[in-house]
Amino acid sequence: MTELRPTDEMTAAEREALIASMRPEDAEGVPELHEVEVPDELREQIEAAMSRYPQLRSAAIPALWALQRYHGWCSPEGIRQAAAVMGVTPAYLEALATFYDLFRTTPAGRHQVLVCHNISCWLRGADDLTRAFCEAAGVGAHEADHDGASSEDGEIFIKGFECLGACDIAPMASIDQRYYGPLDGDDAVAAIKQLRTGAEVLPGKALAGRPTAGGPEPEADPREAEMEGA
Amino acid sequence: MPETRLLFRHIDEPGLSSIDVYRKLGGYRTLDKAFKELEPEEVLAELENSGLRGRGGAGFSMGKKGSFLPRGEMEKYLCCNADESEPGAFKDRELMTKNPHQLIEGCAIAALAVDATYAFIFIRGEYWEVADILDRAVAEAYEAGYLGRNILGTGKRVELVVHRGAGAYICGEETALLDALEGKRGNPRLKPPFPAIQGLYGGPTLINNVETLSNVPHIVRNGADWYRRFGTEESTGTKVVSVSGHVERPGNYEIELGISSREIIYGLAGGPLEGRRVKAWFPGGSSAPVLTEDDLDLPYTFEALAKAGSMLGSGSIIVADETVSIPELALRTARFYHHESCGKCTPCREGTNWTVKMLERVVNGMGTPMDLDIISSVQENIIGHCLCVLGDSMAMPVGSMVQKFRGEFEAALEGVRVAA
Repeated sequence: MTELRPTDEMTAAEREALIASMRPEDAEGVPELHEVEVPDELREQIEAAMSRYPQLRSAAIPALWALQRYHGWCSPEGIRQAAAVMGVTPAYLEALATFYDLFRTTPAGRHQVLVCHNISCWLRGADDLTRAFCEAAGVGAHEADHDGASSEDGEIFIKGFECLGACDIAPMASIDQRYYGPLDGDDAVAAIKQLRTGAEVLPGKALAGRPTAGGPEPEADPREAEMEGA
Repeated sequence: MPETRLLFRHIDEPGLSSIDVYRKLGGYRTLDKAFKELEPEEVLAELENSGLRGRGGAGFSMGKKGSFLPRGEMEKYLCCNADESEPGAFKDRELMTKNPHQLIEGCAIAALAVDATYAFIFIRGEYWEVADILDRAVAEAYEAGYLGRNILGTGKRVELVVHRGAGAYICGEETALLDALEGKRGNPRLKPPFPAIQGLYGGPTLINNVETLSNVPHIVRNGADWYRRFGTEESTGTKVVSVSGHVERPGNYEIELGISSREIIYGLAGGPLEGRRVKAWFPGGSSAPVLTEDDLDLPYTFEALAKAGSMLGSGSIIVADETVSIPELALRTARFYHHESCGKCTPCREGTNWTVKMLERVVNGMGTPMDLDIISSVQENIIGHCLCVLGDSMAMPVGSMVQKFRGEFEAALEGVRVAA
């Protein structure tokens, strides 16, 4: 058995040897760029992200976004490519991919529907909305609400999601990264059909462009009148 | 009582998200003045004197927090917390979507005040559309010389990066946000050291919410005394309040701090649907202990809500009317925190898990009379025992529901006994 000593009393070489001795034999180190085939487009995006931060590792999440966009999910192949560009181990990126809810670590349907099931949306009928989406897409509602589920044709991925920050349009859903609401069962059926046929999704229901709830301000406050600037 | 609009002043002006319209309405003049004429200390003093309290949840004095950052040669940072993930909160989304330059101007001035070269807007990954808008606005600001290496020829430098998160409530916690921004899993850090001393990349870091930073240009331009004329002595200014749940007109309303909660829920948001009554309401997001119909006349201020045993938090009111089962509401609340617990501290990881299991038993008619006391005791044992307040954020509302609506929980248990 090796003698146990405080690491701060060791030389740098001893510390490195200790770390190496603890690494599992099958653990993958940092992949060399020349060993991994990285698509140019992906490499450019990751390198652009790396140049934006004072420290390179800050680009880890942008890199995962880039590879998920390219491959459709955080595939082991994609993670290896990003790891090679960033000079980190694939395990490092995988640990991030499994932590954050928006990264998918299994293949998933092409279009992503996140249905909010948090308090405000639940109060206004999110459970029925989730069921309507799932019925229309042909996926199991319980499964979709918990871990997310994809339709058999690989077109639609549905997941019950925690508060998406749009309780003003509850119940709502994020469809391919755009917000729509308030939605009912008919909207869900229409949206799934539109996604499958490539038509514009729920044109009248997008959050973008919706005016503020209070509408135009009725009367100006005298203290505001003295205010300068936008 | 109408709204009092400072941040929302021109909110629905067509094209406000573009730099041209923003400038036409007087935008970026404060930045011009601050960079050319003011010393960082003057800006900080103005912010501290204004009484502006953080709008993200904790309500700490913004100017004071800024003054905690050490002076000196080391690299300092500014982080704008745009991770808005508190159930019921959606004010930052509207502020960023419609008036991104107001925030950018605020970030640049705050960065100047604390001598930070790098500023980051950490925006939650779900706000993809909003982040696109911010990206465009930041590019416009760079082009116009309001950001970059040599701002308006003054030789001062601020770089602003929009960083997209990837879906984790915990990243709204300031130290978890820093870890996430450093490219790690979002786990909270032990405090102290506080971020003002040792934050991003180990450097002094000022972290503020979107709404707080959006207030900065107005305060610096119009002065602390002008700002103090809004709100109350201890809660100055206006607040954008997100109202949702069982109300006629859910949405964001900018109010003067100190108006009654009833005016917000009934006056602005139209009150509960179809003439129903308010049964329970969260005054400050789902992490706030619930209040009842009896509390509706409380003034909406940090101090009054704290005195009533709850909190103003992020200013998100969720209303539940009499059709709602409180045990089910408690379960829905607990499930969220269980899902979002990062797992670092045992009381939170296990406490949220067991609370969900016990509440499921109660709701599904499998509960025993002991469960209620155990639920309460689990909540008490979470509070104050973790690195961050995520566990507390479940324990406080769930504890308050069991306490204030105990009869309803007991009825759920009694129903089982009678049926058996």
